[in-house]
Amino acid sequence: MTQSAEVPEPPRLDLGGLRRRGWTGDLTFRAILSTLTLGITVVLGVMMVESFISASPVYQKFGIIGFITGSTWAPSFTVYGAWAFIYGTFLTSLIALVIAVPVSVLIALLLTELAPARLRAPLGIAVDLLAAVPSVVYGLWGLLVLVPAMRPLEQAIAGTLGRVVPFFGPPTPGSSYFAAGVILAVMIVPIVSAVTREVFASTPRLQREAVLALGGTRWDVARTVTLPIGRAGLLAAVVLGLGRAMGETIAVTMVIGNSDNIGKSIFSPGFTLASVIANEFNEATETLHPEALIALGTVLLVMSVLVNGAAIAIRNRFTGGSRSGF
Amino acid sequence: MTAPSDQPRATMSLSPATLQGLEARAAAVDESDVTATQADDVDLAITVRDLSAWYGARRVIRDVSMDIRANAITAIIGPSGSGKSTLLRCLDRMHEVVPGARSSGTVSYQGVDIYDPRIEPAAVRRTIGMVFQQPNPFPTMSIYDNVAAPARFNGLVKGKAAQDELVERCLRQAALWDEVKDKLGHGGTSLSGGQQQRLCIARTLALQPKVLLMDEPCSALDPIATLQVEELMSTLKADYTIIIVTHNMQQASRVSDVTAFFNMGEDRAGYLVESDATRTLFTNPKNQLTEDYVSGRFG
Repeated sequence: MTQSAEVPEPPRLDLGGLRRRGWTGDLTFRAILSTLTLGITVVLGVMMVESFISASPVYQKFGIIGFITGSTWAPSFTVYGAWAFIYGTFLTSLIALVIAVPVSVLIALLLTELAPARLRAPLGIAVDLLAAVPSVVYGLWGLLVLVPAMRPLEQAIAGTLGRVVPFFGPPTPGSSYFAAGVILAVMIVPIVSAVTREVFASTPRLQREAVLALGGTRWDVARTVTLPIGRAGLLAAVVLGLGRAMGETIAVTMVIGNSDNIGKSIFSPGFTLASVIANEFNEATETLHPEALIALGTVLLVMSVLVNGAAIAIRNRFTGGSRSGF
Repeated sequence: MTAPSDQPRATMSLSPATLQGLEARAAAVDESDVTATQADDVDLAITVRDLSAWYGARRVIRDVSMDIRANAITAIIGPSGSGKSTLLRCLDRMHEVVPGARSSGTVSYQGVDIYDPRIEPAAVRRTIGMVFQQPNPFPTMSIYDNVAAPARFNGLVKGKAAQDELVERCLRQAALWDEVKDKLGHGGTSLSGGQQQRLCIARTLALQPKVLLMDEPCSALDPIATLQVEELMSTLKADYTIIIVTHNMQQASRVSDVTAFFNMGEDRAGYLVESDATRTLFTNPKNQLTEDYVSGRFG
């Protein structure tokens, strides 16, 4: 009790752990993230503006609509129209979707509903690894293995169905829209099946169990619950796959046959927007040729942005809808 | 079933002697039940022997043995974590649907071990129907299709007329027909919570099961809807064996003939404390734990 004579300290408000700590950390963090996010948006904007300006001589000569709808591409005569490549891009992407979507849905169903639990992870990883194969490897494999191997199939289709419908008719040189579509299908299966798998795996457990408790099989679960509830998410996966297929370049260039004309049949050689740019840009020495290729790039960029925007919009509606849906 | 080799499932079949033993026990239970029918009317629907269940490494119920009377309502009560729902899910082989879940012991329906490897789980679930805690009508289906779904899964009826008849009968049985007969094409989720639960009951009845398992069927419902479901259970008793898990002791005492009290042991696994005629269990329980629970001293 030797300190009893000491004067007590005046009471002070003790903020303790509630005291505001230094907030420079938060500010710095926010500044870095904002800059990065803004930076990405700026890059996209600059790319659009820059490519539009670089290509403007082409638009001045042919008009934007005239350039897009023009079906003749003849650099030596300074005539440039994008339609053959837009057509090729859409046709190859469509073929890819027709093949890849059913396959992806089946893979996703297998991995979420049917496969034994201990096989799901390894099988899923194997499918995901398809996405890690470089596209030039797909191109080589397509050129050396797939194209020759598909020849008999193409000839069979062209010889039967092709006699009635010119769209499936001969000739069948091998490199074609069809070959490109098949390669693209293999390339987009990983992304489409991965997204579809996520969608299917998020099927409410209560719904899944309702089917099983009613004596339903796993197939009943798939057709009654998983597919109907996941259809919006599936649509988003499809559009995402479409975006990937449209932009793919090198593998397509190697198997599509590189023709400037609109092929009459899916077995005709052609070009896509991406593949014509990759193929011709190095040797674009004619008048307006580089500008026209840049204009093709702008068209592809706009198409990709639109398709991916659609995928995001569908996905948002899907996640918003699922909350109120059940 | 994912029973590992160190926990082999006993697949015993019931010998006549065992059956006699069970009947004797059932009669003993019945004597104490003043409201029950005569002893020789008592029929066992389900017998559970030494049932244990796990989620991964965690045992959630331990060595449960109990008999379930046919055409009676058996209530399963007990605090949270005492394994009530897991026991129910073991009775129609829904427990094993959860990844990592397994069980050991036997569950027999009318003398047939439902875990016998030759038995198909879907067939068990067809005979022993289940109503879940949350109403879970199929969101993309109409009211009509919800009720018709189990018939489609199992190929129970042939032709549109027979299906119409089944849907109407089950909706009437579930006391929902008058409220929905003019909007059978509307979505199942457009109904109120209580109506959705009765729709789910109708859907389970459309299986034409023999046993109804109900996992807290009223916990998501308001008092009026609860009353409707309870009245429904009383009318269904004539045709079905009903087992209901409930948190609500008043509900157990109102609707059930037999009550089983579960508790969570020190190893955090649920076990059966005692099972008796409802009136006896609530007024004169043998076990102190039961008395503490039913008088509201814990749980």
